Formats: sequence, C-alpha cells, structure tokens
Amino acid sequence: MTGFATLFYKELLRFWKVGFQTMAAPVLTALLYLLIFAHALEGRVNVYQDVRYTAFLVPGLVMMSVLQNAFANSSSSLIQSKITGNLVFVLLAPVSYLEFFCAYVLASMARAMAVGLGVLAAAAWFVELRFDAPLWAFAFALLGSALLGTLGLVAGIRAERFDQLAGFQNFVILPLTFLSGVFYSIHSLPEFWQTLSHANPFFYMIDGFRYGFFGVSDVSPVVSLAVVGLSFVLVAAATLWMLKRGYKLRG
Amino acid sequence: MSLEIAQGEFFGLLGPNGAGKTTLISIVAGLARADAGSVSILGTDVAAEYRRARRLLGIVPQELVFDPFFTVRETLRFQSGYFGIRRNDAWIDEVMHYLDLTSKADVNMRALSGGMKRRVLVAQALVHKPPVIVLDEPTAGVDVELRQGLWHFVRRLNRDGHTVVLTTHYLEEAESLCTRIAMLKAGRVVALDSTRNLLASFSGLYLKLALEREALPEALAARLVGREGARVTLRLDSYAEIEAVLAGLREAGVGVTEFELEQPDLEEVFMSVMGRP
Repeated sequence: MTGFATLFYKELLRFWKVGFQTMAAPVLTALLYLLIFAHALEGRVNVYQDVRYTAFLVPGLVMMSVLQNAFANSSSSLIQSKITGNLVFVLLAPVSYLEFFCAYVLASMARAMAVGLGVLAAAAWFVELRFDAPLWAFAFALLGSALLGTLGLVAGIRAERFDQLAGFQNFVILPLTFLSGVFYSIHSLPEFWQTLSHANPFFYMIDGFRYGFFGVSDVSPVVSLAVVGLSFVLVAAATLWMLKRGYKLRG
Repeated sequence: MSLEIAQGEFFGLLGPNGAGKTTLISIVAGLARADAGSVSILGTDVAAEYRRARRLLGIVPQELVFDPFFTVRETLRFQSGYFGIRRNDAWIDEVMHYLDLTSKADVNMRALSGGMKRRVLVAQALVHKPPVIVLDEPTAGVDVELRQGLWHFVRRLNRDGHTVVLTTHYLEEAESLCTRIAMLKAGRVVALDSTRNLLASFSGLYLKLALEREALPEALAARLVGREGARVTLRLDSYAEIEAVLAGLREAGVGVTEFELEQPDLEEVFMSVMGRP
C-alpha cells in the first residue's frame, strides 16, 4: 500500500510543481473558448428551450477540460519517465501493476477535477449556473476522468516518442471531444451525424455531465453512465493486462 | 548461462560491449524477461516472487537517469516509499552522508553535476538496505575522486555483509575489488573463477631487461616477446627460470643494466580469454 501511496503522491506533486502549466493554463484556455463562443453564438444557437447558449456551453467546456487534462496527465507523465529513463525507479521496486495503474489514474483524476472546478469557478463569474442533479454531474466527471486517465496510460505505454503521443492527442482525443457536443446539441445536427455521434463515447460523457446541470439531456443519463462505465471497464482491463505483461515497459 | 554467486561475495561481471552483462542484470532485476531459465536471489525466484526478490536487490543502473521534478531528498524518499518504507529519513541522511550528498539534499536533480547524479543513483539503490547490490558500470565517465570515494563506500558495504555484483570496463577496478570474476562473451560465461586463480591460470611472468648491447643469446630467443633496441621483454613460466636466463646472459658476456619483473594483469587474462575462438 505504501508503494501505491508514494507513487500517487509523487504523481500529484509532479503536476502540482508545474501547476501554472498543468492547471492555470487549461482553465484560461476554457475561459477563452467561453468568451469567444458566447460572444459569437449567444442568441443565434438554440439548444434546450429554457437554457441560454452560454449556460449550455459551460458544462461542455468543464467536461472537455476534465477529459483532456485527465488524458494529458497520465500520458505525459508516463512518456516523460519512459524517455528520460527514470521509470526504471518504479520498475525496479516491488510496486504491483495494480498499484501502478491506480496511482497514475487517480492522479490524473485529481488533476482533471482540479481543472474542472477551476473552469467552473471562473465561468460562474460570467454565467449564472444551475445544478439540477449535481450527483449525476459528479459521477460523470469521476468516471470520465478515470476513462481518459486510463486512455492516457495506454497512449503513454504505447508511444515511444513525444510526436506519437501528440498524434494520438491531436488525431483521436481532440476530434472526439470537439465532435461530442461540447459546443452544440447533437439534435441540431443532420440525422446521419446524429447517429454517428452516438458511436462517440465522449458524447455520452458530455451529455451525461450536462444532465447534472439542467436535468435535460439528449439521451438518458442512465444509458450514458452505462456506456461510459462499460468503456472504462474495457479499457481498464486492457491496460491492466498490458501492465501485467510489462508490455513496452519491461523488455 | 549458469552462474552462482555466493552470499557476501564481491563479484565481477566482465565482458565486451554486447556480451550480455546488462541484459543479465535486467533479467535479475525484472526489467526484462528471460526466454528460458530462471534466476533466484537468496532462494527467491525473480519472476514468481517478484516483490520479495526486488526487496532483496539494489540496482545502480548504467544510464545516468533522474527525475527532473524533484530534489535529492524527495527522490530518496519516493524510492523508499516504492519499497514500502515510510519515515526513512535517518537512513537517508546516513547514506547521503557517506556519499557526500548532504549539502545537496534540497537541490533539484537537474542542477547536479553528472558525478553527483551518479551518487544519487547509488543512494537510491540503497534506501531499502538490500542484501544484494548490483552496480552496472557505475564508474563510466566518473572522475577519479568520485571513483575512489565510491569504491571505498562499496567496499564498506561488502565488509558489512552485502553481496556486491559489479560490471565494469575498467579491468584494474575489477582486479582490485572483486574476489571472483565471470567473463561473458556473446551471452555465455567463458571464464569463471576467483580473481587470483584467473591471474594464476594465465601463468607466466614478464622479465624486462636493458642489456649493455644488442646481443641476445640464441638460447633465449624463444622467450622473446618484445624488443626495442637493447631493451628486451622475455616471457618466463615461473620465478625459478630467472636464474637460468641471467646465467645464459652471463655466459654470453652480455651485461644487464636494468631489471624489471612484471606479473600479468586482468587485462591480459581478459584479452586472452576473449581472443579464444
């Protein structure tokens, strides 16, 4: 247990020490999105009947920040340790693969939550927020960050160079988040794209999280939670299998 | 490869680049998987009981690796924690003291010189007081002062009962430190014996003489291994032969102005063993 606690604490301290880059910067980015999109689209886009566009946008941006930062934390930490070689210190120690997994994923969730709360607090200055079902929002934030933290771990394990990781981030994670309904309700899309959106697991995370704010969503939050939960279980099982075998970490 | 290292030994693992020294250590440390066979440390299998085995082992890796986010003390505290040890500061302070790191305790790893980083690697390998310590070329690119200090410290650990396994390119280092040596070539053990026996097995002595004139008697020509004007190097099988050589020279009327006797060193043994087909 000490091995897990130490690795978890080390991972927390790692992003805390560069908090300006790992927490302040993503909050600012989300805020810029909020200001620009709200200015450009407020009153022009109709989403839910009694919800203003800016208010609709906030949960989407919060969840997008949560997901992106959960991914960024575990993936960048792992690839840095791999490339600089200091991962050997953990690999030489009697830390089990389960402890390794939990430490990296929980630290990613912690950073994701910190950034999410930061975006939420900053947005509250500009928009009046409501929380119709906060527990739902919390559940989606937790599960979504766990899923992305785990995906980050997979990317960190697989990638051998920084550019491979950047490729995964730019060509997989970013399009999937942007096309998940952060900035729009998928009901405004043509039918084909609506159907396609249902194949995107990020859509369920954003939609379910938004339900926690407005009590309205494109699909039932129960369905969304099941999709996200199942995705997490599958990805986590695959990751644990890789870690147990020492895939790309132990020669 | 089959190799047994006794408890408390100071064991040397020698071989040219690519001989398999680091691969062997990686398998022992659980950083790589063996295709076949098994390794155990003090009776503990490194794969089946990896947690127990890793607690018995302290590895100083060859590469100068460090985590740039943390200070020396943080690095050592984390390493203790990975091994399940909380509140290890008393021992950490002691290790830092012996490795002359105390003044750098709160300095970020990035700011340390290469030699200092190497010391931290040694300290990291010792935080959990492992009974077996493996040093993978710890003195490559390290200045003389640190090298001396490091060996002094490692000798002390060995005297205190730690088993030490060392890989090195510096043969004189292995010769002066190790009690037993294995030489590896292309993944196989090509020589394995006590340092003394290895040196003795490469029997013979070198007699270096400066003669009054360039005239080596015919009878001694077979022993000649080097010649530079009137300076000659002769090879002898034992000390007893010195007498006969000098007598031969006296009979031929060739005087000797300088006399030097050399014993073979590990480098010669190494070159000879590696040169075998």
